[in-house]
Amino acid sequence: MLSDFLQFLFSGLTTGATFALVALGFTIIYNASHVINFAQGEFLMIGGMGTVMFAAAGMPLLLAIAAAVALAVIAGMAIEKFAIERAGQADTIPLIIITIGASLFLRGLAQYFWGKSYHAVPAFSGDEPINILGATLLPQSLWVLGSMLILVCLLAWFFERTLSGKAMLAVAANKDAAQMVGISPRFVLLLAFALSAALGAIAGVMAAPITLTSYDIGIMLGLKGFVAAVLGGLGSAFGAVAGGLLLGLMEAMTAGYVSSDYKDAVPFVLVLLVLFFMPGGLFGAKSTARV
Amino acid sequence: MRNWILSGRAGLLLLAVVLALAPLGFGNPYHYDIAIHVLINAIVAVGLNLLVGYAGQVSLGHAGFFGLGAYVTGILSAHYGWHTLLSIPMALVVVAVLAFAVARPILRLSGHYLAMATLGLGILITIVLRTEGWLTGGPDGMIVPPIEILGWQLFGEAYWYALMAALLVLAVWLALNLIDSPVGRALRAVHGSDVAAQVAGVNTTRYKVLIFVVSAVFAALTGALTAHYSGFITPDLGGFMRSIEFVTMVVLGGMASTFGAIVGALVLTLLPQLLTGFDELEMVVFGAVLMAVIIFMPRGLVPSLRTLIGRFLR
Repeated sequence: MLSDFLQFLFSGLTTGATFALVALGFTIIYNASHVINFAQGEFLMIGGMGTVMFAAAGMPLLLAIAAAVALAVIAGMAIEKFAIERAGQADTIPLIIITIGASLFLRGLAQYFWGKSYHAVPAFSGDEPINILGATLLPQSLWVLGSMLILVCLLAWFFERTLSGKAMLAVAANKDAAQMVGISPRFVLLLAFALSAALGAIAGVMAAPITLTSYDIGIMLGLKGFVAAVLGGLGSAFGAVAGGLLLGLMEAMTAGYVSSDYKDAVPFVLVLLVLFFMPGGLFGAKSTARV
Repeated sequence: MRNWILSGRAGLLLLAVVLALAPLGFGNPYHYDIAIHVLINAIVAVGLNLLVGYAGQVSLGHAGFFGLGAYVTGILSAHYGWHTLLSIPMALVVVAVLAFAVARPILRLSGHYLAMATLGLGILITIVLRTEGWLTGGPDGMIVPPIEILGWQLFGEAYWYALMAALLVLAVWLALNLIDSPVGRALRAVHGSDVAAQVAGVNTTRYKVLIFVVSAVFAALTGALTAHYSGFITPDLGGFMRSIEFVTMVVLGGMASTFGAIVGALVLTLLPQLLTGFDELEMVVFGAVLMAVIIFMPRGLVPSLRTLIGRFLR
């Protein structure tokens, strides 16, 4: 009994950590610009597939990972530079379509250059499972959880202690006022895309040995990350991490105790229920509408 | 003269003439098939435009209603032997009831939360269609019998083209009337400012729910007819990408323009046909075109053209 529960807990936390990083990516871009970047999932794909391809070209694993993350960051900055910035003050719906166009563009390129088949990244420290009270934990899960913890701490340091981080918080709080004191919203937006692309790519690399990777994994991961961000309350970094972990746990528990057929439905049922009863998300600020 | 041209009545006449004359240019059944798909998408887009363009409420899940409509009539006619003249209306009823049931809690939301909720609803519908394989055939899809009336089977592209063209004219006529009615004025007030509309005594919730259900039924009807036309349906009919395509048609043609929705449907349906030459790069080019059009023409094709014509006639 306990071993079952632990097993579901481990797998839930592992996928949850991935969702949390995707949700953080959504949150960072949302705070900088109120854009929901539907291409977020593609950064994970570039991270995973890029690592596979660079490694196959003969690079050592660590270098291949660095190259894949750099590639994702370039892609993220290109989306900002050539699409989001040009669109100017477009409405919500056109911006959604633009980022979906960008995600199709990236997915199409990946399919063209890297093919359609599934690829495995070798686990970073072996496949020998660790036995804990009858449940098994893959070493790679520790890598996923560990990298999420480190990235969250780094982000907290970045936003609290560095000038660029504080500039981003200022723009999130009040764009006009931030511009008035000399912060460039353009720079902040570019930085936001670079940051969330890096987060996504790292999440994609870490998860790839467990989940496999292919050119089209970005769609579902992106959508579930968006769900996690909304669950926690759009714009809240703490909410994004909590939402991601909650989502992973709920999925794993449903698959384990109820039925694995409807595993993919869990996030969407959950988010509809939360939105129906708590329209601001679980940790979102209680907002009053201004007229 | 100018008012008449800009009012849309002239447009309705023009649309009917174009639809009647278009088959003269069709060389083979393949042309008819593409034209029918343009018409199918156009009807959905005209309905969705009422919700997105006029009431200002985004839906990223409308293909879900399309797919559900297709599957209800498909399942009832194929597995339970229902007559198609009964199973199609039943599909509309099922979708209308579902849309009505979820409309109130969903339409309380706005912006990205509304996008999330409608997206989730659409995806849930496709997940159910994909998982309940005993009923729907699962991801592989299912075969749907043709429409039969008194022993006569509705078969052949020309008949289907005529039916869909007539339906599109009817849908446009309905949409134009709705927009010119008190309901339409209330909707535009909701789009402008929900609160101001409420202060002016408009029951905004009621109108939003009404238009949500109407646009869902437009999608369900075309979905149901598509099922009988193509004879084979898969859950992808209701998928996320289809929902995005429908919204893109509305935005591309020009929000709050009924004829814009038709133009958007025409362009977006023909685009993949034109891109088949690109083979492997099709998705890349499609994504690039999508971005470019929205970035350089944020108002959409038809409103931009209309401004030009209006200036010309002055």
